[in-house]
Amino acid sequence: MSFDDLRDLYQGVIMDHGRHPRHGTRLQSFDVTAKGDNPMCGDRVQIWLKYAPDHTIADAGFEARGCAISIASADLMADVVRGRSPADTKALFDAFRAMVRTGICPDHAGDLADPLEKLKPLLGVHEYPSRVKCATLAWHALTAALEGVQEGSSE
Amino acid sequence: MTAHPKFDVQRIRQDFPILSQSIRGKPFVFLDSGASAQKPRAVIDAMRNAMETQYANVHRGLHWMSERTTESYEAVRDTIALLINAPSRDEIVITSSITASLNLVAHSYGRSALKPGQAVLISGMEHHSNIVPWQMLRDAHGIELRVCPITDAGELDMTAFETLLADGKVGLVSITHMSNVLGTYTPAERIVRIAHAAGAKVMFDGAQAIVHRQVDVQALGCDFYCFTGHKLYGPTGIGALWARREILESMPPFMGGGDMISSVTFEKSSWAAVPHKFEAGTPAILEGIGLKAAIDYFRAIGYEAISAHERALTEHAIARLSDIEGVQIIGRAQDRGGVISFTLDRAHAHDVATLLDRQGIAVRAGHHCAEPLMHRLGLDSTARATFGLYTTHEEIDVLAEALTKIRKFFK
Ligand SMILES: Cc1ncc(COP(=O)(O)O)c(C=O)c1O
Repeated sequence: MSFDDLRDLYQGVIMDHGRHPRHGTRLQSFDVTAKGDNPMCGDRVQIWLKYAPDHTIADAGFEARGCAISIASADLMADVVRGRSPADTKALFDAFRAMVRTGICPDHAGDLADPLEKLKPLLGVHEYPSRVKCATLAWHALTAALEGVQEGSSE
Repeated sequence: MTAHPKFDVQRIRQDFPILSQSIRGKPFVFLDSGASAQKPRAVIDAMRNAMETQYANVHRGLHWMSERTTESYEAVRDTIALLINAPSRDEIVITSSITASLNLVAHSYGRSALKPGQAVLISGMEHHSNIVPWQMLRDAHGIELRVCPITDAGELDMTAFETLLADGKVGLVSITHMSNVLGTYTPAERIVRIAHAAGAKVMFDGAQAIVHRQVDVQALGCDFYCFTGHKLYGPTGIGALWARREILESMPPFMGGGDMISSVTFEKSSWAAVPHKFEAGTPAILEGIGLKAAIDYFRAIGYEAISAHERALTEHAIARLSDIEGVQIIGRAQDRGGVISFTLDRAHAHDVATLLDRQGIAVRAGHHCAEPLMHRLGLDSTARATFGLYTTHEEIDVLAEALTKIRKFFK
């Protein structure tokens, strides 16, 4: 059986992170946490963050209920935000959101180029406008955590 | 079960231009008619013809074009009356959707006939459009909102239903005639009998039921019935409310404006007779003409043939989907129709819907505007396949094969 016709959005990376997330656990010791809720599709995520002394993100973990896209996105996010400052993380979210909305990977020099490359497998969701919010849910929760609020907004 | 002798689904499919398309290089398999149905050529032609040859505002021009347009628009009222066997065309209020019909009743009947302290009874498997207007009425007018639970099989719990009516406080039962998630038909005659005995009026949300099953409001004995045009192969932006004449006459208008008055001065206006009292403003003229064409098309094929076809499809689908490991069909009502919600053990409903779409198959996924029902079922979302008169057995086979493949993909 060939799965070629299924793969464009559900590439190996997404299937892998969506089904076996690396960071899909609650942090034992954390500084902030926030939830994201997508009532339209029932996706839910909670993010925990631990800061380093210089206030960069030392560790991120999450628990999520939802589709493969939302879980893969949360997992990839937890991976790429480590070591980043809050401002840097927000800039990355802006670039990521532009990417999943337009399907174009923004041309970012320097710091953001690397993480965006890692997030690129999610680019395919732009073809499904109703699923962009699946890809951004964890990021909204992360933004809420960084801002010290309990609950993130959604798209 | 064999198909009705008169029913040739391949010929019917030719009446629906959209179905001959390919999506992503695959034949278009449309299993989302429960959300909105496709339109036959007859509807498209009727609306285009009106725009090309016969269009003006209705009910007010004294010129030829307006008179002719009024005739062809008003004909939809007769057609709807025939469709549901209403005693009179004057009992058909044309609205913009079933949502508008339900809000009309909640606002007008709810604030006049229902008194604070009385209750409205709905069920645990309502569409949001039959929940939210009653919550708004509750908050504004002080009525109580009661919810009749459903059983694990996805049927109305009739013991609870009787209990909830027992204190005589329920003034109105507003309930779905067929669940848009579980496919369950509610036992309409029985509901009416029990409710009337307890002094309550009954309204049915017929959005799904009327598409699949003959509705006779006189035989049902209900007091209100409403439906929406776009699920019945007609255009969007048009629906209907039927209610007994004496009820309509007792109800105050909902919206004020042109067309619904008999005379206006700055001191006082008087209302037009029913049903026009409830039809403020220029109506959806083209949509009315389109809906008439849809109902004519539908009635020419006939409920008997359509119901038999859809029954066979539903049986086939339940058999095929039950055969796939990991697929769970949600709802096991005895009396059910061509609305099948399901989950797949390895993949979320949204992933299922997206991956079906990759194979040209359109289903819906989510909470289907019935969040409280999803909570009752302990689910966040389901995928849902719904059938129309143009759906084929082969399309269900395509769905079954695609689901098998998706499950392997998620191994
Ligand atoms: C059972 C039921 N009731 C009400 C509605 C609302 O219909 P509309 O959006 O056309 O008003 C729907 C359609 O989604 C439905 O399935």
